Amino acid sequence: MMYVLITFAPLLGALLAGFFGRSLGDRAAMLITSLLMTLAAVLSWVALYQVAFGHNPAHVELLSWIKSGDFAVNWALQIDSLTAVMLVVVNTVSCLVHWYSIGYMSHDKAKARFFAYLSLFTFAMLMLVTSDNFVQLYFGWEGVGLASYLLIGFWHHKPSANAAAMKAFIVNRVGDFGFALGIAGIFLVYDSVTFEAVFSATPDMVDHTFMFLGYEVHTLTTICLLLFLGAMGKSAQLPLHTWLPDAMEGPTPVSALIHAATMVTAGVFLVARCSPMFEYAPDALAVVAVVGATTAFFAATVGLVQTDIKRVIAYSTCSQLGYMFFAAGLSAYPVAIFHLFTHAFFKALLFLGAGSVIHAVADEQDMRKMGGLAPHIRKTFFMMWIGSLALAGIGIPGVIGFAGFYSKDLILESAFAAHTSFGEYAFIMGIAAAFMTAFYSWRLLFMTFNGKPRAPRETMAHIHDSPPIMMIPLYVLAVGAVFAGIAFYGPMTGHHWQEFWGDAILILPIHTALEHAHDVPTWVKWLPLVVSVAGIALAWQMYIRNTELPGSFARTHQAIYQFLLNKWYFDELYDWIFIRPARALGRIFWKRGDGQVIDGFGPDGISSTVLRLARRASLLQSGYVYHYAFAMLIGVAVLVSFYFYANGV
Amino acid sequence: MFAFPLLSIVTFAPLVGALIILLFVRGDDADAQKNVRWGALFATTGTFLLSLIIWGRFEYGTAELQMVEEVEWIGTGIDYRMGIDGISLPLVLLTTFLMPLCILASWEAIKVRVKEYMIAFLLMETLMIGVFCAQDLLLFYLFFEAGLIPMFLIIGIWGGGRRIYASFKFFLYTLLGSVLMLLAILWIYFDAGTTSIPALTAQAIDPDKAIPANIQSWLWLAFFASFAVKMPMWPVHTWLPDAHVEAPTAGSVILAGVLLKMGGYGFIRFSLPMFPIASMDFAPLIFGLSVVAVIYTSLVALVQEDMKKLIAYSSVAHMGFVTIGLFTFNVQGIEGAMFVMLAHGLISGALFLCVGVVYDRLHTREIARYGGLVERMPRYAFVFMLMTMASVGLPGTAGFVGEFLVIVGAFEANTWVALLMTTGVILGAAYALLLYRRVVFGKLEKEDLKAMTDLSPREILIFAPIAVAVIWLGVYPSSFLDIMEPSITYLVEHHNAAIALDVAMQPAGAETLGAAKH
Repeated sequence: MMYVLITFAPLLGALLAGFFGRSLGDRAAMLITSLLMTLAAVLSWVALYQVAFGHNPAHVELLSWIKSGDFAVNWALQIDSLTAVMLVVVNTVSCLVHWYSIGYMSHDKAKARFFAYLSLFTFAMLMLVTSDNFVQLYFGWEGVGLASYLLIGFWHHKPSANAAAMKAFIVNRVGDFGFALGIAGIFLVYDSVTFEAVFSATPDMVDHTFMFLGYEVHTLTTICLLLFLGAMGKSAQLPLHTWLPDAMEGPTPVSALIHAATMVTAGVFLVARCSPMFEYAPDALAVVAVVGATTAFFAATVGLVQTDIKRVIAYSTCSQLGYMFFAAGLSAYPVAIFHLFTHAFFKALLFLGAGSVIHAVADEQDMRKMGGLAPHIRKTFFMMWIGSLALAGIGIPGVIGFAGFYSKDLILESAFAAHTSFGEYAFIMGIAAAFMTAFYSWRLLFMTFNGKPRAPRETMAHIHDSPPIMMIPLYVLAVGAVFAGIAFYGPMTGHHWQEFWGDAILILPIHTALEHAHDVPTWVKWLPLVVSVAGIALAWQMYIRNTELPGSFARTHQAIYQFLLNKWYFDELYDWIFIRPARALGRIFWKRGDGQVIDGFGPDGISSTVLRLARRASLLQSGYVYHYAFAMLIGVAVLVSFYFYANGV
Repeated sequence: MFAFPLLSIVTFAPLVGALIILLFVRGDDADAQKNVRWGALFATTGTFLLSLIIWGRFEYGTAELQMVEEVEWIGTGIDYRMGIDGISLPLVLLTTFLMPLCILASWEAIKVRVKEYMIAFLLMETLMIGVFCAQDLLLFYLFFEAGLIPMFLIIGIWGGGRRIYASFKFFLYTLLGSVLMLLAILWIYFDAGTTSIPALTAQAIDPDKAIPANIQSWLWLAFFASFAVKMPMWPVHTWLPDAHVEAPTAGSVILAGVLLKMGGYGFIRFSLPMFPIASMDFAPLIFGLSVVAVIYTSLVALVQEDMKKLIAYSSVAHMGFVTIGLFTFNVQGIEGAMFVMLAHGLISGALFLCVGVVYDRLHTREIARYGGLVERMPRYAFVFMLMTMASVGLPGTAGFVGEFLVIVGAFEANTWVALLMTTGVILGAAYALLLYRRVVFGKLEKEDLKAMTDLSPREILIFAPIAVAVIWLGVYPSSFLDIMEPSITYLVEHHNAAIALDVAMQPAGAETLGAAKH
């Protein structure tokens, strides 16, 4: 019952606000959705306690959904430790974002609609994480995609917002294409699509092969890679990452909830959920690790030069998701989920903090027009520092640190401890990304809060910290950004991780990255801290001490600068190889294919002849009907003839 | 077996309504028009309620024909036979469900020759229900072909500017197919001595009577000519966009909602069970044409400037899913195809109604003339969004279930087909969202758009049942999958038995056939 309440309270809120928003009034709609979310959030923590610490997983069947032959799926809620952690992340952040939005959206005229979408998103996300089968997971998967589409395009009068919303949906569809095929493949091989049946049958599938596209391929590797294609789309991994930065067109609370803390982590969740399959598909795991590590590095490089405050954080998200994936790819799923958990707090904090900044400077997002804000918005400034410290993973090994310190360092240590070539690659990429992360985080802080004000004077005159309804969620998240690491490090990723995760995550004994991560050489433990501090120092050097440096560097290294500024030209590339050809082909098929070839040789050619005859017979208006009836008559006549013939008349 | 002719009553109820209108309503003044409209609404709603009785009395869990009626007609094997199974019933319900909504959609849009218009619609309903209930080849043929005549009239009389061209094209295409199908029916009758559909179906697994494979191929091709045009399959689809563009809104709804389904129904009722060997041999042809249809027409839809043309092309793409599903010969594929037909009937019908709503207000279907409608028409924007999402197959809506089952079925039959057709899921999202964005989102700038009014109560009354049905089919599709399941399971078993029989009869070619199946 509690689990039903957790998942359906947001849906109830969404329906009430969406359909009755006008009669309820904005205030009531906002309060109802936020209170229902709060209820769900509180219950989620209870669930985490019961399931993960009380070892009491639950399974609730709601309704039969699709049944066709052997293909049978139900609407169901399956609550194990992995789900419980996700419930806590999703509902806690969603609840805080709801309350925050009451302040942030106070000047917007479509409040009820906004809150309905937020709650709808939360519901879809909950259906995703509570599913006991691949198809309901796909329902949630597409449902969050819909909500993301609606919220990115929330300000639908803005062409850029509409374009970004469409892009997000369509790029995600590319991933879903793989996901759907993956599910079809699972059904073909396993004759079932429920997790329980599939995972328990997997050990027998180790050497199984099937025919795919004319080749005999290893079943598990193929299926895992198809599923991972879905994960790449949803979690913005190379080369399907292009939608995430554009998604920043949505209101900032949306970015915090969907495009930082929850939806984009669904891909990581998927890989962790399918660990019983990935574990037996080492090649697929290698792909996950390489894609993750490469994305972590790539996104960090782009983040170095962005000037839009939200886009910097967006690339940072993309990069951090890369960390989670390579952790998962090295079989350290608990560490990946642990980082997902801590990241949710500090990234939501950074986004909501950025929202608070944007709110203060009259909706300006360009950091080149900020600067010197620290004295005016002290509280926000302080919160952003906490978020950045957590993101950069600052802490003293063996003693204490911010949340990101525990999770991110453990990822790097796992990479080192994997002792595989992919592990080494991931370790190097991860260290490089850690350096850049610290650099761009402090670049953001310095450009925004320090130095001389670059905003117009009238903006600076009105600048002030946000109201309590926006600040309190920040404080709560800050608590998480400080303590989430130290509190959950032991249970989630310590030597007794299996006690916490139960049957939710499988790691084969031969995959030892996590086990050995706690016993790496001292220099490995210190290296992330060293590069982070170096990154901060470089940022200080360039943006506080010698502010001429960035400009002169950009001028002297034009090629690199432009390459990074243009995000490695992915958008241009896709435009050339997909979008333009699709439109050109569409036009050719339409005008040439349909118009000239098919119609030209078919009906138009014939009809012009017939029409001439028809004109001559002056049956222009409805002659063809008679023709038709006539043809039928002939048919009947022939039939009757046959009938007589058959009866020997 | 002639107790209570429920099927005939439902089939001919609209015709009775049409006759009453024809005989009792005089003149063409406002009062008469009002009576005609109410009369038509009454007749179609009554028919719908009667069809619910069929559903209520339908026995689940059996593949047998139900509510069978047999009356001697021409004799010697050609009789008046009606009956339904799990394949017919959903399509009958779809037809009777959509008709009252079509009458409502024409309430204000049709102002000339209202009486004739309504009579044409009612006549068409009788013929459409007849198609799905007929269990005799000749009877089927009469319903199937005669059903086109009212449609010609609806396009030709109440259509748009190029209506003559459009209906002419429609006519030319369908003529070719129907002549060939008639010849095939004659051959079958001549060969088997009966036109009873159940008897002919049973023949396919009877060692003494099964039609030889080479003849099956010819017959299959003759039926194919007719059904492929009706679906329509690529490359005989070009009549559809023109017909849709010129048809009045309700005409488009029926065309997309029901008439296109006759092609799919034809395949599943005749081609698959009666010519199983040929169906299997020609499956690669169907797959090829369907995959081309999905990709080709989706790309074409992407560059359309006319709302109705865009939706028409998207219909061709969706019908590509149907034909792929039917020829996978597995339960998921065929059930998926049936479900796509149902869902598409509702969704594309609703999308054409959405176009009708703005066409009634602005009298243009040009996409570029719109933009920013959400500002003035939030209810409309909601309905349009729901249907757009259903059209792109969002889980939780009707569009998902069928599409997904077809992908699952196709993956079993041929992974290349599954892979290529699934690209349609990406392209589908692209053109549907593009349409929505250009019409509903954006800045409301044009003066005449600022005066647009949101959905009227009548329009809400039209959309509400469809919206409910679209969600219902998406969340609890079992209501309809359970109806179909026994019939389709039987169809698959029947197919396998026929193939096994063929293999047993030709020991030499056994290996090649067995291999071709996988």
